Amino acid sequence: MEFFIQLLINGLSIGFLYALSALGFVMIFKSSSVLNFAHGELLAIGAFFFLVLSAWAKLPIVVCFALTLAGCFTLGFVIERLFLRPLIGEALIEVIMLTVGLAAMFKGLMLFAFGGNLFRYPDFLPQALSIKWGAVSIPSVYVAAVIIGLIFLGVFGFFFKYSSQGIYMRSVADHQPAALSLGVHVRRVFALSWAIAAVVCAMSGIILGIMQGINVHELSAVGLKVFPVVILGGLDSIGGAIVGGVIIGLLETFTGGYLSTSLREVIPYIVLVLILLIKPYGLFGSVEIERV
Amino acid sequence: MPRLRFRPCGNFKERYEEEITIFETDFGRVWLWVGLALLLLGVPFIAGPYTLYIINNIGIAGIGAIGLNILIGYTGQISLGHGAFFGVGAYSAAILASKVGCPFGLSVLAAGVVTAMVGMIFGMPSVRLKHLYLCIATLAGQFIIEYVLVNWESLTEGAEGIILPEASLFKLNLSSDRAFFWVVFVCFAILCWMAVNLIRSRYGRAFVAIRDNDLAAEGMGIPIFRYKLLSFGISSFYAGFAGGLWAYYTMSITPEPFTLFLSIQYIAMIIIGGLGSIPGAVFGALFITMLNEALSWATEYMMNVGVFAGGALTLAPLREFVFGLAIVLFLIFEPKGLAEVWRIVRSSFRLWPFSY
Repeated sequence: MEFFIQLLINGLSIGFLYALSALGFVMIFKSSSVLNFAHGELLAIGAFFFLVLSAWAKLPIVVCFALTLAGCFTLGFVIERLFLRPLIGEALIEVIMLTVGLAAMFKGLMLFAFGGNLFRYPDFLPQALSIKWGAVSIPSVYVAAVIIGLIFLGVFGFFFKYSSQGIYMRSVADHQPAALSLGVHVRRVFALSWAIAAVVCAMSGIILGIMQGINVHELSAVGLKVFPVVILGGLDSIGGAIVGGVIIGLLETFTGGYLSTSLREVIPYIVLVLILLIKPYGLFGSVEIERV
Repeated sequence: MPRLRFRPCGNFKERYEEEITIFETDFGRVWLWVGLALLLLGVPFIAGPYTLYIINNIGIAGIGAIGLNILIGYTGQISLGHGAFFGVGAYSAAILASKVGCPFGLSVLAAGVVTAMVGMIFGMPSVRLKHLYLCIATLAGQFIIEYVLVNWESLTEGAEGIILPEASLFKLNLSSDRAFFWVVFVCFAILCWMAVNLIRSRYGRAFVAIRDNDLAAEGMGIPIFRYKLLSFGISSFYAGFAGGLWAYYTMSITPEPFTLFLSIQYIAMIIIGGLGSIPGAVFGALFITMLNEALSWATEYMMNVGVFAGGALTLAPLREFVFGLAIVLFLIFEPKGLAEVWRIVRSSFRLWPFSY
């Protein structure tokens, strides 16, 4: 039973992380229907940005945090302006391949700058955050992850629901030509959604980095794990990303704990194929209706 | 009917056969035969072993890329699992050769057929899925196949890999680069010819109709699921055939090369070469293989030059950067790929000096 509860908690926290890292992905998909294969690299960029500022430049943590978020916001803008905008209106495969190319570029650059080693952040989380409850202990990292994640979810929920930019973004996601004709600046919405997605990625990258250390290869592998999560939840549903993330995280830890550790890596993809066959638009995704 | 005449200066086609003909004038046909003769009789005697090794790899990659272009470029079904299918082909050839004792020709062909079956299974989701969703389903296929290759140890020997016997055809030993060159490029020519003609047939037209609008295609009476599966099958056959040849050529295989990165390289080939064009796939295979060789050569060179000796190890990741950069630049500046560049060059020669 203890083993079960420990697995449950591990699964929930890993799942929450997947959910958090899927958020940026859903954000980009929702507003510009771009399937972002460079997602893991964006996570890694955020994590390394924070590493450079906190461990090497030794700035105070809050400043590091603010600078990282600002830097990634700018980076998102630049990526959209330089690479994605020339491809607006091109075929799907070209946009997908562009993000694949971007992924290779970023990964190469990061490996060049930092190498494939494992880095760690200096310990800055207060110990008071850790929870001990009978035989079960939850390290402070997980608690911090949940808190930060909840804050972000709240902020973005409000942003999408009430702010004018958020409403513009939703309108573009819903029907692009209609949004254009009503005077929404669609290109600005695209740029903004990439910038926000980069910020969310940086956030999740930092949390992932605190939990498991920072390694280019592992962080970019997480970027591929996002696919089962978002498909399960529905590609364009933020709530779905969270539910999907938690389910995939639980599934992974339970498979790793009870069945076999090697199956653990591939089980999300097996589930992915099954979901696609049974319910292609996921749990909460909106069904696309097509006309000739 | 001899048609030894120059190309007319406009579009004067009157019949449908003129539209789908491969060679508009007999000069094209003559040049093809001259080119084939030069390739098969000239190149193996001029090129050194290392060049020949690269050329063979280009040929094998070309076969795989043609297959992928039938699937993505003509049928419009995006597949991220081509590298895994290539691996399935390599493993089937290796298992048939080392455990069953099949001869070279049979096991390569069987590798193609086995891979076609596997490809059709992983093409099943295309009943209901398209675009992004299909793309993600094939991504899952890639990971599942990778997992099976590593973990089905009784069949694939896991991470240790399989060592193949030397290839021989009609009691001729094919282990030298030159002998293998002929095998690869005869197969390449035959498969190219098949692909070009497939595209002109009713099957090819059905593929293109599905690519352009699958609902409309269904409305016109094309059984789209059957054709999608067929396209997956044909494309995987090419991948498996190429994989089988590659397994025999490298003599020992492990699951290591057949990762997502290989799939991405194949997609990069057809995008850089030109989607929906058979010569484009070949150009792309040429470009990517040469780029890989050039990059590894540059890394090695840097390592040997004294100035960079310290930094050489950290220069290796720049290969990945340059690879990504090539994809991105092609997509932004020449989305139709090298095939389009080649067409522009040719027509500017033809129109010279009165181009418009």
